Amino acid sequence: MADETVLRWKRPSVIPGFGVTFGFSMAYLSLIVLIPLAALLIRSASLGWHDYWKLAFDPRTLAALRISFGASFIAAIVNCIFGLILAWVLVRYRFPGRRLIDSMIDLPFALPTAVAGIALSTLYAPKGWIGSLFAPLGIKIAYTPSGIVIALIFIGLPFVVRTVQPVLADLDREFEEAAATLGANRWQTITRVVLPPLIPAILTGFALALARAIGEYGSVIFIAGNIPFVSEIAPLLIVIRLEEFNYSAATAIASVMLVISFAMLLAINLIQVWSRRRFGYGG
Amino acid sequence: MAADVQRKSAPPPATGEPFAFRTALIAVALLFFAVFLVMPLAVVFVEAFRGGFAGYVKAIGNPDTLAAIGLTLLVAAISVPANMIFGICAAWAIAKFEFKGKSFIITLIDLPFSVSPVIAGLVYVLLFGAKGYFGPVVDEWGIEIVFAVPGIVLATIFVTFPFVARELIPLMQEQGTGDEEAALSLGATGLKTFMFVTFPNVRWALLYGVLLCNARAMGEFGAVAVVSGKIRGLTNTMPLQVEILYNEYAFTAAFAVASLLALLALVTLAVKTVLEWRYGDQIAGSNSH
Repeated sequence: MADETVLRWKRPSVIPGFGVTFGFSMAYLSLIVLIPLAALLIRSASLGWHDYWKLAFDPRTLAALRISFGASFIAAIVNCIFGLILAWVLVRYRFPGRRLIDSMIDLPFALPTAVAGIALSTLYAPKGWIGSLFAPLGIKIAYTPSGIVIALIFIGLPFVVRTVQPVLADLDREFEEAAATLGANRWQTITRVVLPPLIPAILTGFALALARAIGEYGSVIFIAGNIPFVSEIAPLLIVIRLEEFNYSAATAIASVMLVISFAMLLAINLIQVWSRRRFGYGG
Repeated sequence: MAADVQRKSAPPPATGEPFAFRTALIAVALLFFAVFLVMPLAVVFVEAFRGGFAGYVKAIGNPDTLAAIGLTLLVAAISVPANMIFGICAAWAIAKFEFKGKSFIITLIDLPFSVSPVIAGLVYVLLFGAKGYFGPVVDEWGIEIVFAVPGIVLATIFVTFPFVARELIPLMQEQGTGDEEAALSLGATGLKTFMFVTFPNVRWALLYGVLLCNARAMGEFGAVAVVSGKIRGLTNTMPLQVEILYNEYAFTAAFAVASLLALLALVTLAVKTVLEWRYGDQIAGSNSH
């Protein structure tokens, strides 16, 4: 009986070990990821609509979500622009130090967020290397919402570069030559021939950077100043509610963020499906 | 790599940009790189050595800091092998067999990457905390999970969950099952087939995944901060120790611990780069993070 049901959804194979490896990985996946996440959703569902609404959308939470979103959005846009420039320069031009830069792009993935956080807040503090350049102009970066954006630019930096780079490298230059022989100037060639196939990669990079930035905690809290309604991000508010033992509020905010992350994940997958159809690569 | 070779010769003028434009674009890229990547890294080491070498050694030698280093190593030593075993099993089941719902499972495996680290910690507090679903049960058994080492390990496993699996799955899918079928038809057992046929094909990708997994496991902050309770000398990992020292205005000591983590990041990047250069063709999706 059991074997027959297995056969229906799995193609028979001479290779052994499916039962053990599949069983183990599904059990592990369920125990570590699925059941805990389900517990979060069940807990927030058990709050009841009225309470949930009050907790998830109280003014301080809304402000925190707005700050998280706004700062993440700005940072992701900045990452798109500079990520595209970096990818372009790394793929198309040859200059000393190119390989070193190429391998250093992933630093934000490898550097622990707490380290990034204290480094950035020291740099951008009024007496820091960069902050002291802006202080005479009356511009404060650390301990303001601008600081949040700086931290989020840092942690999102590799996404756009790493999604655009391989696509740009695989782009056939003959199309550009064809455009040139047909009388297009370089600017027209870049905007009408080179950039369109890069759009799905840029969008994927944008979505990945945005998704990461919305959930980011470690690098932001040191530089943000963490003033409620001004520079308090949503993940920090979850931690604050937990430290007050207000599990219900923490759960409610977390469930809103979880739904947002699922939506982002869906968006990324849709971009990739569209891209595969339209441009023949997966974003 | 192929594209690299193709462009060894200078591109024809019709498809290149004017010299001034090139130079300007490279300058912008270098400036952005310097401000956003080099300076944060440099400031860590400059601040760490503010008190000279002796101050640095003293900061690292603090008993609480040493305990934090020990705990970080312990947590990585448990969570990295756990995720490695999972990654190998999941990749074997997903890549070597055909069944329905595969892409859905792959999406589920990647899920922890799109969840905020704070939520990764929170879910375990909701399960095993004093007011959690299993809190009373584990309490009765006398096991401490939240605000203790097991919680830190669980949260770390959660955030580093996909690293090994996502390196192995696309590569093993690409490699197909021909080699394994040949080995099996020649009489090798399943385990032997894996050890002598599959493993040599994926070892560099496995190392690559383990490397990234380890870097994240040792450096995780948000998820661990939520479950640890930050008890000095007991449940403080290195990133948490950095936070505590920093918030106490012990900046030099904070940056000294941070510099060890930054060093780990640099070593990770260096090994990663070497792996990509030497075995790029044996590491699928090396640029897809």
